[in-house]
Amino acid sequence: MIARLLDGVSRRTLLMLGALLIVLIAAPLFAGDYLLTVLILILYFAYIGQSWNIMMGFAGLLSLGHALYVGLGAYTAAALYVHFGVGPWFGLLAAVPVASLAGAFIGFLAFRFRVAGVYFAILTIAFAEFARVGFDHLGWTRGSAGLFLPVAQYAHNDLWNLRGHPAMFYYILLAATTLALIGCRALLRSRIGYFWLAIREDEEAARSAGIDVFRYKMIAVVISAGMTSFAGVIYAFYYNNLFPEQVFHILRSIEIILGPIVGGLGTLFGPILGAFILTGLSETLTAVLNALGVDIPGVKQVFYGVCLLLVITALPEGVWPWLRARIGLKERQP
Amino acid sequence: MSALLSVKGVSKRFRGLVAVDRVSFDVEKGGVFAVIGPNGAGKTTLFNMIAGMFPPDAGSIAFDGDRIDELPPDRVCRRGIGRTFQIVRPFPGLSVEDNAVVGALMHRYSVDDARARAHEVLRRLDLYDKREQRASSLTLPDRKRLEVARALATDPKLLLLDEVMAGLRPTETDRMVAILQSLNRDTGLTILLIEHVMRAVMALASHILVLHHGAAIAEGRPEQVVRDRAVIDSYLGVEAIDA
Repeated sequence: MIARLLDGVSRRTLLMLGALLIVLIAAPLFAGDYLLTVLILILYFAYIGQSWNIMMGFAGLLSLGHALYVGLGAYTAAALYVHFGVGPWFGLLAAVPVASLAGAFIGFLAFRFRVAGVYFAILTIAFAEFARVGFDHLGWTRGSAGLFLPVAQYAHNDLWNLRGHPAMFYYILLAATTLALIGCRALLRSRIGYFWLAIREDEEAARSAGIDVFRYKMIAVVISAGMTSFAGVIYAFYYNNLFPEQVFHILRSIEIILGPIVGGLGTLFGPILGAFILTGLSETLTAVLNALGVDIPGVKQVFYGVCLLLVITALPEGVWPWLRARIGLKERQP
Repeated sequence: MSALLSVKGVSKRFRGLVAVDRVSFDVEKGGVFAVIGPNGAGKTTLFNMIAGMFPPDAGSIAFDGDRIDELPPDRVCRRGIGRTFQIVRPFPGLSVEDNAVVGALMHRYSVDDARARAHEVLRRLDLYDKREQRASSLTLPDRKRLEVARALATDPKLLLLDEVMAGLRPTETDRMVAILQSLNRDTGLTILLIEHVMRAVMALASHILVLHHGAAIAEGRPEQVVRDRAVIDSYLGVEAIDA
């Protein structure tokens, strides 16, 4: 089983990944509260980036509404906790199916009626927006007033109820990101993975090669949505408050997709690298501007945008394929 | 008689235009059947109906004893009909090998088995040495052979080839002909091809159907068909006989 998972991974790749993992495991021991918060954000985006990448990077399905699955996961688990005292891990058992079903519904509508490309993207935005407006009026989740979880003291970590120190969330997200990386690699190298790539490359040719395009697109959406909803559950229990206006907002969906795009669409490590680059960039800009005493509203966003533009112009395939060649990890395309 | 593919009275019209007009023919198991005719004769439309891209307006298509004219392309492929496209469509971002692996996974659940099959097919089509290249970096003759490889990797009983010789130089054409001949001879694969290159048709086909304005105007053995008056007038021209 383990040999199977490692099959085709070069020794060098393994060493580098191992080193990175050790650094990340040790990080909370040295990082201050602020840096830890930043690292949590990075892992959060790395994880969701991987989930989104399954749809866009593997199967070629552009979703601009992934905030929907984050929000559904967050709201489902949080509401079950607030109303019935159901712990987040049991809540997850409801959150994942809810998000996957939503994904399946959107997928069914789109693929059944051959809604593709930008039209599919618009459909995903539409459903995220439905949810944003809908949850504003949903009494069960306290509508626009927001759903609040009882805030715990950081006296001790209650992993079962996800009440505790940020370091606990950090390790959960680190585990999730690691598992997602392994899972994505396994998927990509499986029969399903090959069919996804074929569909991404040329849907009509894939169909003629015997691939049931509808089915494999549905699988991509369902897996991606379900995976994403886990991040939502963590989001809810980390921030302890949920507002439809924030959770389902299209900006959340855009944030999600920037990492994988900058890191490298369809690559396994790209979403992780992209999360480090983007969150790192954002934090560096804040620090630099603070140090310079620049206090003009919007300056940070302008610089952020310019940097993004430069990266994407210079490396349209993403940073990871370029970096991979630079550090001598010419892993064969799966 | 054991017809692998049986097309009966098939018609297709696009708005006012009758693209295929009541065409019937049988493809015998193990044969190489060529469909020829001038541009716009309805050859590709006929092909697309067999491959399931769209259903015929009238008539029926049976493969291996079962009706297939209502099936979508992926189901047709799984029944055992592999096809190529007139304008080649390999998966551009994938390696040559992975293009073939995708095809081979049709009837295989293990990627390793599919890879072994892909290697076998790529060797046959002289692409094995290029297996690590991206499909988008291949030359046209290579891409044409890759299309055949991908279709072949699905283990078809019938291979549909839509102008695989078009755009090839004579030496490349001969190479493709030799590959197809050996496939047909060694594995008993039945081939149905649309072709303009008469040199290839004459070398390969055991049977020819000539379409003109959507209708079949001649059918038979190659040497009969090329001497048919109607065929010479509408398509080949007099000089082709001596070619």
